[in-house]
Amino acid sequence: MSHDHDHDHSELSDIELRVRALETLLTEKGYIDPPALDELIETYETKIGPKNGARVVAKAWTDTDYHARLMSDATSAIAELGFTGRQGEHMVAVENTSGVHNMVVCTLCSCYPWTVLGLPPVWYKSAPYRSRAVRDPRGVLKEFGVTLPEETEIKVWDSTAEVRYLVIPRRPKGTEGWSEERLSELVTRNSMIGTALALDPSNQEETA
Amino acid sequence: MTLPDAVQATPRLPLDQDGGPVFTAPWEARVFAMTLKAHQAGLFSWGEWAETLGAELAKDDPADTNPLNYYDHWLNAFEKILTAKDVTGAHQLAELKKAWDEAARATPHGDPIELSRIGR
Repeated sequence: MSHDHDHDHSELSDIELRVRALETLLTEKGYIDPPALDELIETYETKIGPKNGARVVAKAWTDTDYHARLMSDATSAIAELGFTGRQGEHMVAVENTSGVHNMVVCTLCSCYPWTVLGLPPVWYKSAPYRSRAVRDPRGVLKEFGVTLPEETEIKVWDSTAEVRYLVIPRRPKGTEGWSEERLSELVTRNSMIGTALALDPSNQEETA
Repeated sequence: MTLPDAVQATPRLPLDQDGGPVFTAPWEARVFAMTLKAHQAGLFSWGEWAETLGAELAKDDPADTNPLNYYDHWLNAFEKILTAKDVTGAHQLAELKKAWDEAARATPHGDPIELSRIGR
């Protein structure tokens, strides 16, 4: 089911069309260089909402009732914390375990749950990332510095216009008794799309 | 990250505690970055930009129950300044919008939407 598509074509909102039209125009006239533009945008990518999803994950790690609600109805559980998508997108939480690692792909901004995850990284929207993640997820993860045991199953989820995924990374060892706030510092955007693990608290203390 | 002083002095620019810009959607960051790049390419001075944006922001009617958000005004102002500088016209922008709309509709969901003529 992870690769079913409910829509046969893509759609861009009026605002997205206007922004793309401007980018095409300025690119064709030589005023902007798309790679340089992407590079500048990368510097803002932590500026929009990634802490929302991190708080959801940290709460799920510490509150078993919340965890159960998140797994059965992520949209409502995320809304409980006051985070709702503008388009009211339907969210599904997929949880990493010792046996399963989840990874989410989608090349469209419009099906990327940025209200929860923050800005998508530039590479996330690239065609090579998506096709390789589907074909060779283990290889892609390795490039991100994530090496999983051979026996760990890797599930790749393809976001659709209706369903967007939030990966619940595994809670790092050595975080017993930590507050939700402190735990949320370990939850990166990449860990919530499954291209990274939650930060290792021993490294975190050094950098904090 | 912090922004140059002139940019920080943009009318009502939403900033975080570190003096960096904050956005509520990816497209907002994109149009913000394009504006900086267009300015750096010499299309307009930041003073001209602040004036154009200020004029758009001033259109807010306090009685409006569904006011435009900050970057809606920003996008309107950016189209306006590019038109005023003869970089483009309403017709050209409408054509490009239409091309992107057609490209999106012709793209299977999940594939990147591309305008083949710009080779991206």
